[in-house]
Amino acid sequence: MTDEISPETFAYLVGLAALELDETQAEYLRSELNHQLKAIHELEAIPLDENVPISLHGVPYPPEISPALRPDEWQPDPHTAAILGQAPRQAGRYIEVPDIPHTTLE
Amino acid sequence: MELCDLSALELAQIVRQRRASAVEVLDSCLRRIAAVDGRPGVLDAGRLTDEDQRGVHAFITLTAERAHAQTAEVDRKLAAGEEPGRLAGVPFTTKDIFCVKDTPSTAASRMLANFVAPYTATPVARMEASGAVMVGKVNLDEYTYGSSTESSAFQPSTRNPWNLGRVPGGSSGGSAASVAAGEAALSLGTDTAGSIRQPAAFCGVVGVKPTYGRVSRYGLIAFGSSLDCPGPLGRTVTDAALMLQVIAGPDPHDSTAAAAPTPDYLANLEAGVKGMRIGLSPEYFQITFPDARTGEYKQQPVPPEMEQAVRHAAWALAGLGAEIVEDVPMPNTRYGIPVYFVISRVEAASNLHRYDGVKYGYRTAQPVRELKELYRKSRSEGFGLQPKLRILMGMYVSAAQYSAQYYKRALGVRSLIRQDFEQAFDPQGKYRLDALLTPTTPTTAFPMAAVYGDSVLMQYADQLTVPANHAGVPGLSLPGGIAPDGLPVGLQLLGPDFSEGRLLQIGRAYELATEAEAWRKVRPGVLG
Repeated sequence: MTDEISPETFAYLVGLAALELDETQAEYLRSELNHQLKAIHELEAIPLDENVPISLHGVPYPPEISPALRPDEWQPDPHTAAILGQAPRQAGRYIEVPDIPHTTLE
Repeated sequence: MELCDLSALELAQIVRQRRASAVEVLDSCLRRIAAVDGRPGVLDAGRLTDEDQRGVHAFITLTAERAHAQTAEVDRKLAAGEEPGRLAGVPFTTKDIFCVKDTPSTAASRMLANFVAPYTATPVARMEASGAVMVGKVNLDEYTYGSSTESSAFQPSTRNPWNLGRVPGGSSGGSAASVAAGEAALSLGTDTAGSIRQPAAFCGVVGVKPTYGRVSRYGLIAFGSSLDCPGPLGRTVTDAALMLQVIAGPDPHDSTAAAAPTPDYLANLEAGVKGMRIGLSPEYFQITFPDARTGEYKQQPVPPEMEQAVRHAAWALAGLGAEIVEDVPMPNTRYGIPVYFVISRVEAASNLHRYDGVKYGYRTAQPVRELKELYRKSRSEGFGLQPKLRILMGMYVSAAQYSAQYYKRALGVRSLIRQDFEQAFDPQGKYRLDALLTPTTPTTAFPMAAVYGDSVLMQYADQLTVPANHAGVPGLSLPGGIAPDGLPVGLQLLGPDFSEGRLLQIGRAYELATEAEAWRKVRPGVLG
């Protein structure tokens, strides 16, 4: 069987995923992806009536068990300092990042 | 027998009656951990030593100081005549995929190795509010991505207390092993494809995957958001029921936590099974898997000891008055893994995009020129192979040009899997089952390193558990015997939505019916 994910497609995916891979990792991951896709292709053999609804959750959420939405009200968070303190690089109360190059939208 | 070997129910009673203090119970667990666990999992562990081969290695972080403060408070309350809580003084462990305030919450990944949670997950908070004492955070597959715990970035990874050359299962391997080894009476795990039930089966303990939405996911580091279910592990059905009672229920912090009242799981626990209809399905006595070389699908029966254990349980339950219904069709069971390969990867990729080296977690130490380079280097160095694999697959199958072929089709097949269960449990239908009885796993615990690296074969270890995650229905795994290889065999009970109480009732009836059988006297090898 030919590999569905070619080296070119794989390289494109790696870029989209914001990853960088060495050669060994890339070889292993592309091989496993193609291996998994072979398993996924079994789904194509299933006669799937167009009327079968898709399931986003297995369990239905009828009104009687659906939680009421909270009021959309601003609430101060008690953990602000601890949350901001997790940032790996900070400058005062700012999170430090490297340069964000200017991009012209097409 | 030491205090740490007693059940959670017994420990709660002993502490409440002040026959032992909470501190004494905790110290018993800490002595057991010191005796059997070995060094905790760490990053960059180096080569495993001979000594490492002799430890369980359930823990990433031991929280002994925090636990001592909690036990002191339990003992103070008891001395003062105050109500200490339903699980007062009962030690438990937490899979390190839950945030617990002021503790490292690592997801067993380098990406979160330095992350100290600023808040506590709802199930953990409910355990602690009930007086239970958290002994530590236990190991798992990185971000829960695996079925053996071997993919943890924190090595040595957990070993099976029954045979240290075998895996404990996964991803809640540290949870199951810590309970089996008597390091804690209870553990909090998560189940996305079988990650509570499969390690429970491999380690000879009880595990419950509740109905999706029965237990809040607030504070759980997400994998597959439509599949993840927190749940209990314990050494007995009663202990699992006790813990589920404490952690279940609506939660204003999680809009998917069902607004359904939590029944009293203990009230009818020993009411028996008379008149219940319990089904057996041929689809759960066989496994279907792709040939690694050709991709062609093969079917083969599960090993005889797995089927025999289920048939023995059916016979025992029939003797108690249950009606056993043979040949219940579950024709879409075989599609559970291919569907999972699609849905879980799409959800995982989405959830993993938040890790960027900016807000929290790992950030590359290499010099970078611009923001995207920071993202790439941080993610590449912080994630192990399994998260990378899930990100790439999730992006591929959800891409605009492939989405109809893969993702939408998988969501449709998921509906078919759900329909199998609806037909089996329909009170007006042909089968009218109260529960389906199956093996939990296709095999007993496999040897360390035997499967790791083959992501397809590893995933097929969940073939009998993953359909319940797609359908959202509850599942219970409980010990059902010892196989000829000396390892535990797990039985699985599956039921309709929110039927945890009934599954626990059936499980408890089976426990009582078999409590005199010889295999129940066998203890994990690590306990001598």
